[in-house]
Amino acid sequence: MRKRPASFLLAVAPAALLAAMPAAAQDDPHVFRGARLLPIAGEPIDDGVLVVQGGRITEVGGPDTRTPRGAVEHDVSGKVLMPGLVDTHSHIGSVSGGDRSSPLHPDVRNLDSIDIASDSIWRARSGGITTVNMMSGSGHLMSGQTVYVKLRDGARTIEDWLFCDDPLTGICGGLKMANGTNSIGQPPFPGTRAKSAALVRNLYHEAVEYREKMAAAEAEGDDEGGDGPAKRDLRMEALVEVLDGRRIVQHHTHRHNDIATVLRLKEEFGFRVVAQHGTEAWKVAEELAAADVPVSITWIDTPGGKEETMGWNMEMGAILEQAGVDVSFNTDDSVTDSRLLARGAAIAVRYGMSREKAIEGLTLAPARALGLEDRVGSLEVGKDADFVILSGDPLSVYTKVEQTWVEGTMIYDRANPDHRKYAVGGYKVYNMTAHEDEMMRQLLERESH
Amino acid sequence: MKNVTLAALLVAATTGSAVAQVAVRAGTLHTVSGAPIENAVVIAGADGRIEWVGPAAEANIPDGVDVLEAAVVTPGLVDARSVVGLSGALNSNVGPVRDQDQLERSSPLQPDLRAIDAYDANETLVEWVRSYGVTTLHTGHGPGALVSGQTMIAKTRGRNVEQATLMPVRMLAATLGNAVSSNFQSPGTSAKGIAMLRSALHGARAYLDQVRKAEEAGSAGNGESNGDGNDEEDVDAKPAPQPPPRDLSKEALGQVLDGELSLLVTANTVAEMASALRLQQEFGFDLVLDSAAESYLLLDEIREAGVPVLLHPTMSRVRNGSYETAAQLADAGIPFAIQTGFEGYVPKTRVLIWEAAIAAANGLGMERALEAVTLSPARILGIDDRVGSIEVGKDADLALFDGDPFEYTSHICGVIIESEVMSAECR
Repeated sequence: MRKRPASFLLAVAPAALLAAMPAAAQDDPHVFRGARLLPIAGEPIDDGVLVVQGGRITEVGGPDTRTPRGAVEHDVSGKVLMPGLVDTHSHIGSVSGGDRSSPLHPDVRNLDSIDIASDSIWRARSGGITTVNMMSGSGHLMSGQTVYVKLRDGARTIEDWLFCDDPLTGICGGLKMANGTNSIGQPPFPGTRAKSAALVRNLYHEAVEYREKMAAAEAEGDDEGGDGPAKRDLRMEALVEVLDGRRIVQHHTHRHNDIATVLRLKEEFGFRVVAQHGTEAWKVAEELAAADVPVSITWIDTPGGKEETMGWNMEMGAILEQAGVDVSFNTDDSVTDSRLLARGAAIAVRYGMSREKAIEGLTLAPARALGLEDRVGSLEVGKDADFVILSGDPLSVYTKVEQTWVEGTMIYDRANPDHRKYAVGGYKVYNMTAHEDEMMRQLLERESH
Repeated sequence: MKNVTLAALLVAATTGSAVAQVAVRAGTLHTVSGAPIENAVVIAGADGRIEWVGPAAEANIPDGVDVLEAAVVTPGLVDARSVVGLSGALNSNVGPVRDQDQLERSSPLQPDLRAIDAYDANETLVEWVRSYGVTTLHTGHGPGALVSGQTMIAKTRGRNVEQATLMPVRMLAATLGNAVSSNFQSPGTSAKGIAMLRSALHGARAYLDQVRKAEEAGSAGNGESNGDGNDEEDVDAKPAPQPPPRDLSKEALGQVLDGELSLLVTANTVAEMASALRLQQEFGFDLVLDSAAESYLLLDEIREAGVPVLLHPTMSRVRNGSYETAAQLADAGIPFAIQTGFEGYVPKTRVLIWEAAIAAANGLGMERALEAVTLSPARILGIDDRVGSIEVGKDADLALFDGDPFEYTSHICGVIIESEVMSAECR
């Protein structure tokens, strides 16, 4: 099988993605009774009942919902229970991608860098985040293959967190791309925006030809791509997955013209893409809606910090919603803090976004942006039992995440002092690694000139 | 005569809105100096001061006065420590638009740098922070040098620094620890930084002594004879002490030693804060601790030293920071205020109400959080006779909200500075 990577991936990968089973699923059914449920897929349910078993949701309903015998009962009356939050853009876990040898690294896997023991993971767990797109930074046109993870309990290696079955055969995330100023630099990096686009287009055209060559070889019964065993090209393989719509491009982009460039690339190559940050997306909201490109907003409280974010608009959420764009929110941790993902959605509501769409922007919309909406993002029967128990309205500053559950297992409990400390911080609670320090230093240095 | 009239008209035109009387009806009025008042009225006088405060039933609002209404009214917010006006939104150090004036890197010790020579009253972020209720800014040179320069206090209005200034100099901004070593070749260590700072302060003390001796000699020999009619004899006496050449840096440090200026010391670790307290013991200056991330480990020492704390923004990425530090400082009885500080990247400035909000939600509570961004910073800055609470005679600086000011989904619906309505739309 391994000798025929391209054809194998074409045939099997989507099924593998759907079939991946929750690891370490709990056996006994658990019943959560009395909370206000926010299913996202439907209207809120007061005095609701949620039943989970085997890591999946088995019932969602009102007080009369049938519950299995022998279930572990949880009285959560007075609480709010909603799906675990999904963060489409995070740098927790000491993630790294490509180096400075090239601006284009489609072959580099972020999953090879993740430190699953990093305390930064606890920022996410204590913030109610259960699914994360961990990805490398924006200093490259393509900095690497991102990795979609579930913050499961008791993991020993990154494999225990993946959505895909096997990193050698499955597609385990998206592709991080960037345009605008961050990926501009000294050669071999592009010096201008147009050069940035040209480098990317040339590489995708190479991938188009690679795909044709492989298809032709297969049609001729030579599934090894021509004369003898084909030399595997890991860069091209990843880009073919993008061209085939099986690997979503997670595209850092701020200014309206950079967003327009992303839409142009999408049109030329037909890939699936999410506009990450999208600071000036409000200026091209109709174009984004027409192209069916979702926007994942990194909430900042103030315009500026760099030229590309001078056009920040607090009404962006409302404007994009009205235009029909699928809007989600992300942390870009550590640019904003994983413990505070919901506050972006809350302030978007202050500026005119509907509560429903804002809360969807923390759950189901980001799940769609990662192509994981069949697994996570709403409370529906058959979906993964990922949820958070809140002390109140998810959009209130005073609300606390009391518990975070992944696939029927509690991974964060504010009542436990060893967990609670991560919600508030303190002495040596978060020890930024030298790597994270260095990344932040470089970021500040690059941006402050 | 005609010219005089024109001049008078111009003055009226430029300050006209500032001198109009305005009244505000509040569902809940947080005076901060006293208990909240339900259904209250504040009358802001034509002189820019608060003329009357009390229950609506007792209010006598003059006819023809504009009346604003809001569910919640608070004093205009006082940002205890900011770099807004010096550190611009664009964050550019190069090219035609360079807007980063908070840190001069040519030397680690520059007490002579005045904030008023750099403050840009028209900078984007001044209006931005005002739109979120900040009416008074303690701003100036930032952290990152042993002494980066002076701070000032501004109102967030005015077309230029003269119109904005409430106090042209308030503190000298100093920084201890690694944050300095990353900007300068020397000091390369924390201990070297302290040594350099001590030397500079001792140098300033010697300078002050020289100045005083020259002044005393000057006044003693100021055209006065000793009366014995034999003044020539004095020619052989020691020459009168001469004043030293004027040194603006030593003058500024001397003002710290004389207690005219506070030393604002950015210190985050226990070691840095302990060093600051040790310096204060040695020189006896008025110390204000800035940022103070690990202050929860040094509560007794800080309280006993009587040193106030300008706490880092709650959401800042400071190492070992805690959302609960504000509550711990409050519980320990240490005077403190919440500030927005300095940011090198995104967001270029923080929004004071949202930083206070996280503290409010983590043990501080709504009313103590409000005090930490109004009366408490006004007291620490020594301007509580002017701002920080809603009391008759104080500046009519008000912030109007449609709900809990700290709640994400509330709106700020008006900002008034010295009776001038700066904005009246909800945002």
